[in-house]
Amino acid sequence: MSKPEAVKEASMEMQKKMIARNYDAITSKHETGRKVSSTFVPGNLNELLMCFDIVNNLPEINAIQAGMRKASGGYIMEAEKSGHSEDVCTYVKADIGQMSKGNIAPNGKPYPNPDVLMLSYTGCYTFMKWFELLREEYKCPTLMLHVPYEGDGHSTKNMRDYIVKQLKEVVIPGLEQVSGVKFDIDRLRQYLRNSAKAEDNLVWCLEQGKVTPSPIDAYFGGVYYIGPIFTAFRGTDDAVAYYEMLRKEVQGRVENHQGPLTPEGTYFNDQKYRLIVEGPPNWTNFREFWKMFYDEGAVVVASSYTKVGGLYDQGFRHDPENPLESLADYCLGCYTNLNLPTRVDLLAKYVEEYQADGLLINSIKSCNSFSAGQLMIMKEVERRTGKPGAFIETDLVDPRYFSAANVKNRLESYFQMIEQKRRGGGSKTVAA
Amino acid sequence: MSGKNRTVADIVGVCQEMFEDLSFNYARKWKAAKPGRKVVGFLPVYSPLEMIHAAGCLPLGIFGGGDQMEVIHGDAYYQSYICRIPRSTIELGVTNRLDFVDGMIFPFVCDVIRNLSGIWKIMFPNVWSKFFDTPQNYDKSIGGTYYVQELHELKEGLEQMTGRKISDADIKNSIKLYNENRRLIREVYSFRAKQPWLAPTSEVYLLMRAGLMMDVEEHNQMLKDYMAAAAKEDRPKRDNVRVSIYGSFCEQPPLNLIKSIEMAGCYVVDDDYSLNNRFLMTDVPTDGDPLEALAMTYIENSVETSCKYVPDGKVKGQFHVDAIKACGAEGVIYATPSFCDPALLDRPMICNKLSEAGIPYIAFKYAENSGQMQPIREQAGTFADSIKLWS
Amino acid sequence: MRCFIGIDLGSTTTKAVVMDENLQILGRGITNSRSNYDTAAAVSKQEALIDTRLTLFRRGLASVPEVSGKVDEILADLERNFRHVQFLEQLEDLQQTCIANIKGPRFAGREKAVIEALEGTFSRLRDSSAAQYAPGVKRKSDFFRDLAGAEFMSHGEAVCKEAGLGFDLILNVYDKSIIEVENRPPSGDMEGKFVRALEKGTMTGSSILKPVQAALAIPLEETYVVGTGYGRVRLPFPKEHIRSEILCHGLGAHMMYPDTRTVLDIGGQDTKGIQVDPVGIVENFQMNDRCAAGCGRYLGYIADEMNMGLHELGPLAMKSNKQVRINSTCTVFAGAELRDRLALGEKREDILAGLHRAIILRAMSILSRAGGVKDQFTFTGGVAKNEAAVRELRKLIKENYGDVTINIDPDSIYTGALGGATFAVRAVVN
Repeated sequence: MSKPEAVKEASMEMQKKMIARNYDAITSKHETGRKVSSTFVPGNLNELLMCFDIVNNLPEINAIQAGMRKASGGYIMEAEKSGHSEDVCTYVKADIGQMSKGNIAPNGKPYPNPDVLMLSYTGCYTFMKWFELLREEYKCPTLMLHVPYEGDGHSTKNMRDYIVKQLKEVVIPGLEQVSGVKFDIDRLRQYLRNSAKAEDNLVWCLEQGKVTPSPIDAYFGGVYYIGPIFTAFRGTDDAVAYYEMLRKEVQGRVENHQGPLTPEGTYFNDQKYRLIVEGPPNWTNFREFWKMFYDEGAVVVASSYTKVGGLYDQGFRHDPENPLESLADYCLGCYTNLNLPTRVDLLAKYVEEYQADGLLINSIKSCNSFSAGQLMIMKEVERRTGKPGAFIETDLVDPRYFSAANVKNRLESYFQMIEQKRRGGGSKTVAA
Repeated sequence: MSGKNRTVADIVGVCQEMFEDLSFNYARKWKAAKPGRKVVGFLPVYSPLEMIHAAGCLPLGIFGGGDQMEVIHGDAYYQSYICRIPRSTIELGVTNRLDFVDGMIFPFVCDVIRNLSGIWKIMFPNVWSKFFDTPQNYDKSIGGTYYVQELHELKEGLEQMTGRKISDADIKNSIKLYNENRRLIREVYSFRAKQPWLAPTSEVYLLMRAGLMMDVEEHNQMLKDYMAAAAKEDRPKRDNVRVSIYGSFCEQPPLNLIKSIEMAGCYVVDDDYSLNNRFLMTDVPTDGDPLEALAMTYIENSVETSCKYVPDGKVKGQFHVDAIKACGAEGVIYATPSFCDPALLDRPMICNKLSEAGIPYIAFKYAENSGQMQPIREQAGTFADSIKLWS
Repeated sequence: MRCFIGIDLGSTTTKAVVMDENLQILGRGITNSRSNYDTAAAVSKQEALIDTRLTLFRRGLASVPEVSGKVDEILADLERNFRHVQFLEQLEDLQQTCIANIKGPRFAGREKAVIEALEGTFSRLRDSSAAQYAPGVKRKSDFFRDLAGAEFMSHGEAVCKEAGLGFDLILNVYDKSIIEVENRPPSGDMEGKFVRALEKGTMTGSSILKPVQAALAIPLEETYVVGTGYGRVRLPFPKEHIRSEILCHGLGAHMMYPDTRTVLDIGGQDTKGIQVDPVGIVENFQMNDRCAAGCGRYLGYIADEMNMGLHELGPLAMKSNKQVRINSTCTVFAGAELRDRLALGEKREDILAGLHRAIILRAMSILSRAGGVKDQFTFTGGVAKNEAAVRELRKLIKENYGDVTINIDPDSIYTGALGGATFAVRAVVN
């Protein structure tokens, strides 16, 4: 029995084509002679890579693709058989397991080896080990960009200088060497100009979550909205066009008082609960997971996951006037590079500004950067907003760690609790 | 205290008492002895203790709660898939066992300890706390420059906390004491590597753990006393195999685990337990700018461990192979805390390197409160037997 | 009369509570959750309605001066006889089912002998059942499966031995049939059975008969049913009739102890910490995370490992005067940890005391996660019946939260169903 195809909007179709083109660019590198880099979503230096005509391949996204295609489980077990611990990140294991199983891209062609590992080390310790592991496999140049953590709740000049220096003295010369293309800062400025345009429209769309009914789902829908900007397209004309299109779609729904489109093809208008969600989604059971929300009338109005590739809604824009400095600021300001008190501030602010019923945390086993401390975050946000929080546990791409009954049970309990509290309690009569 | 008449049992007794004391009475007494004294806690793996010392504070190593503490509230903050040390550290905090600690340094280890620094800021807003992010770029002009500035900021933070300026002379003086401490520790380690039957690791470990909780000069004397006393001990040499233990640099195993490995027929001749005091492998220069000196020693002469990036892929793990050869170990026990991202993600790479070098190894996981030693004894015993058979 | 029913479909037992519109509990019923949730729900509901009838009888008899002081005895007699009638009816069903199940090659040529053996066995079962339902006899279980099973084994074996027939033949038929019978929806005509029970009884004077018949004549209208519990999604109820067990549990605890603010429930599969407001609405809850360490099931493993009954663990642990520290509450490792400790020469009671503490420490963490313990505190679930666990809990609550009133109701197993029934009342009455 095959699942019915998910109903998609025009912007989703467009994004799908963009992704397909990028996979084709990656897998055809031997024909085209283009160089391929592997890199990460947070601290992604896409505009810079574009300056060297380098195609951007993102192992995180490949793991997500494998998760959604239900292939990740086998890859993870393959990696565990070869000595990787069951305790560690399943993105890494899905990536490594995939290599030993032919390393086939979603377009059916084999992934070529990357020419450079662009280790933009932002907000996640595992990134460092992940590329050390890949380096053993591919034996290609690895460029480390260390982005210090904002431990005291803000970036410092020293951090910024350190990053700019690494860009100038490690990353740019390294990419020049790999690509044979000379760095042209004006080219970078042009791309950054495009980025800022797209970022404006993304922010506008995300902020429509404040409208009732919300025309967007900022979590399940959100992962589509952030797609181009967080991955291989920030800085491209395609991304600019995509966000214009997305904005029109969202605008249309606002005017018609419509909610977001669900994969079943209906507009989710009957919204009973408005949630803020913290943490990445689960990918292996993405649609089933989403359904648990809209079936119960829960819409996500803002999320932290849509900030892992940058906190644009808090004012940051790529700046063509200060290209390298703005790349440094971008890297520093990604969500998982913020300290816990800052994350609490942001989430509490979302609960208030988006008039949410509460904060739901999807705690991901793989991702300590997100997860370690989330119970503290929940407690604090509850305390500050007076709105109840809830906690569920899943994993990114490990199907063994998704228990539908368990998740559903907690979600339903949470929604019913909100409902009960809203009614201000039931009968005041008590048993005799 | 005069060193002449102290026996190994005396010294180890003092260390064990400090190790087991979850109320930290030594540090409490130290603080109470003079008005205005302050105590700064630090977590694994590396903080420049010279800076804390130069600020006139006692650096206090916080290594979780061990296997004798029940964790109730600490567990409320962590999911089941997160290691134990942050839970027990929170438990120490919420049960007021650290109520005398004025500052906390959370060095870069992994995302869990990193995030714990934020939890601390929320839970204990009156404690000065610092996430200390050492560079992962090992170019003197890049990572080094960044690190010098971070040390300046650390200094300023400490100055604000104590209300007292730290002079270069203060730092140089502290560097001298810690240089001596490191030298003596290297001596203890090489003494143990030469005659492991005279310096069992269950003792050396306590000596090191206690050292990270006491005044450095007192520890320096203690290290000398221990070596003198241990050399005089009449302890039989056994037919044990010589092993190195790696992967245990953050959350510490229970003492029983170390004893179990030794009882199973292993002499531990190298380890990465409580690594802070061996993180810098050479003396820190005392001429020139002291912060520069600390930074460049870190950049050029610090150990390889899982929380450091290794820029050159070809030499990844070579550090361990060299260390194993230097101490004459015959095999490696790669023992890591459950859910330890750094050690577990590194494990395949380090273990491959060991295989390439023909060094036998076993790997297992523990928690600081592991209660079951039978499987450890069995694995370590079988490993020892197999090494004896091969050689 | 209007009846409001809550059904709690748990992983091992299914409970039902019937309430009237004034939130008075009329009856409670329990059965084992079988593979068929519909049947489990129907049986528990019927049991609760039976109990409701008994409550109505009690109310009816309360105004009869002749039976003053004897009501308990009369009702006990009536229930006993009712249960006997019910048992015989189910036995009859089981016999028919067994006979119908005699098919297949293994019975070829022996059908008659097997039928005779079965008839003989059931005949003896019927005879011996009178003794089981005699006044003052304490039955081992309330579940038909347990009652019929034990007797079937002893009589069946004897009958087969006399007939020179292999016992495994009829045992095979029995095993197949008991599942069928158990999963069949309960037969109706409760009133008829009560009438027959009344006739069987010794106290049949008109002073009893009339009020009982009057009570039997009151129609029990199932006004609103609310389902809850882990199996609730499997209940054939419309969505608005389903409530999460967290909500039901919180409200149920509030109904038992209106001043409850914090509830701890340690069940077989999960541990819950719940905070409720002054009207019983859940304000916050936490459950054990994905790892089920420290739930009731853990004690189950320990009991199996030690070859003991679950209910024997607590009393043995109480004998300890030197608790062993157990650091792992991992169910998977429980057996290994236990054997390790025994091998080290630790005493069983001391290990058990440590295990009980370990479970309660885990629960304390969940309570801490849910926002701590406020006065009053109510402890429910199977583990609340374990005296060693309760002792540790009392100690730790005092150490961590000071003097807090701790409520433990011996019937706390009905907490969820009670909350469900209350929701049912609230759905209609408000």
